[in-house]
Amino acid sequence: MTIRIAAPDTAKKGEVIEIKALIQHPMETGYRSDSKGKEIPRDIITEFECSYDGETVFAANFFPAIAANPFLTFYTKATTSGTLEFTWTDQDGESWSETHDLTVE
Amino acid sequence: MTHAFLPHRRSVLTGLAGTAAMAAFAPQAFSQTSARLVVVGGGFGGATAARFLKTYLPNASVTLIEPNAAYHACPFSNLVIAGLRDIEAQRFGYDSLRAAGIEVVAQRAIDVDPARRTVSLEGGGEAVYDKLVLSPGIDIRWGALEGYDEAAAEVMPHAWKAGPQTTLLRQQLEAMEDGGLVVMSAPAAPFRCPPGPYERASLIAHYLKTQKPNAKLLILDAKDVFSKKPLFLEAWAEHYPEHLEWRGAADFGRVVSVDPASMTLSTDFEDIQADVANVIPPQKAGEIAERAGVADETGWCPINGLDFSSPLQKDIHVIGDATIAAPMPKSAFSANLQGKLCAMQIARILSGLEPQATVLANTCYSYVTPDAAVSITGVYGNEGGTPTSKEGAGGLSPEGAPGDVRQAEAAQAEAWFQTITAEVFGG
Repeated sequence: MTIRIAAPDTAKKGEVIEIKALIQHPMETGYRSDSKGKEIPRDIITEFECSYDGETVFAANFFPAIAANPFLTFYTKATTSGTLEFTWTDQDGESWSETHDLTVE
Repeated sequence: MTHAFLPHRRSVLTGLAGTAAMAAFAPQAFSQTSARLVVVGGGFGGATAARFLKTYLPNASVTLIEPNAAYHACPFSNLVIAGLRDIEAQRFGYDSLRAAGIEVVAQRAIDVDPARRTVSLEGGGEAVYDKLVLSPGIDIRWGALEGYDEAAAEVMPHAWKAGPQTTLLRQQLEAMEDGGLVVMSAPAAPFRCPPGPYERASLIAHYLKTQKPNAKLLILDAKDVFSKKPLFLEAWAEHYPEHLEWRGAADFGRVVSVDPASMTLSTDFEDIQADVANVIPPQKAGEIAERAGVADETGWCPINGLDFSSPLQKDIHVIGDATIAAPMPKSAFSANLQGKLCAMQIARILSGLEPQATVLANTCYSYVTPDAAVSITGVYGNEGGTPTSKEGAGGLSPEGAPGDVRQAEAAQAEAWFQTITAEVFGG
């Protein structure tokens, strides 16, 4: 799974920063059939979490109505230098992670 | 002429008139009304509507309001951008429409008053109508893409209205050094000419491959699927593997802002610097549609597919790219057919007849090289006022077809362009 994160490398203390996170995933609903009429099994990410210096700052539950390649934009307040960790978990418990280091001046 | 041929000719004519289609299109079925019919916009839709209104209703006064002395056709303008065609070959005047008895007013329509049934003109005058046909094409949603305003378009041309913008993009490509990066930003649907960006990309890639072999074209797309995608991908892999890269939304291709000063296009995750940037921006119905009150909150114009009348204003019809006529695409072919349909239904309405359900169609050809093309064809019904695709009719050029199939379609594309422009603007 390809993951892209857009977040600042540095921020001032107290600054509100924008974070964008996208993962390439089919988000197959389980309601579709292939060209031969065979049901395409459901395959979706169910959970997303972003932690900042170990603390969860944003989390989301995904359902079949979420489009393929889910793309999130959210905000948090820069408090301390630390690592942003992004984790996506699918219906079977498989997960993918990415990190981004933020320096607070 | 000998008598011997006359009975034969007469019987042929009788036979044709006997079909439902000919009966519907026969001018003698319509009234001798002297109604005032006004058409705004002299593109494929408007020029067609004016011509066919005059054909069906020869005693009506038909006025075409169009500020430009000549029209520059968008179809085939991608060949101009690639240096394969002169812009003059895209230019069509209105003399033939004047000769057909249509009054062509070379002014901009700036407002419509549906209550008084008047169109006000930039020069201060007014045109009074009994029926108004708006064919305003598209306008750019300036500012909808951050950083893209009218000044930016002089640096990063859209070339999505043919004319000076087309020439500007051509000049920039010519001036670019070998090894340069051309970046195209393609918008989310709906927009004018759904396969247009990808035909343009093909032809720009051809230009680079043959004239600037170290240069490259990158398409940044707000979508993951587009018209004729499998056919374009096939052609790009075959002809331009080194010269064209397409990046869809799933590959982080959506452009969210541009900066003309630094020639930068930014996606959510990356800033890309271009040597030549072709920004095809978000669009809406031509501005007069909004002023006339026929555009809805989407910026486009809902229509009754039966006669292309506006459900929002009485006695106003809207045709062409400005309309919400999906599954019919925003194309010259569609606009032309909608112009004919709209003219016929107005003739019926003014003759005390009900609008009649018809079959509509569209074919879009796209060049993938200067002498190879692919096409998509759709056939549509409009029963009950909603355009719907006829299942099993139309279709795409076959994938993996041999070169002579693609060459035959390129010849058909050329024939189509000559036919439609001769019909609409005169030979």
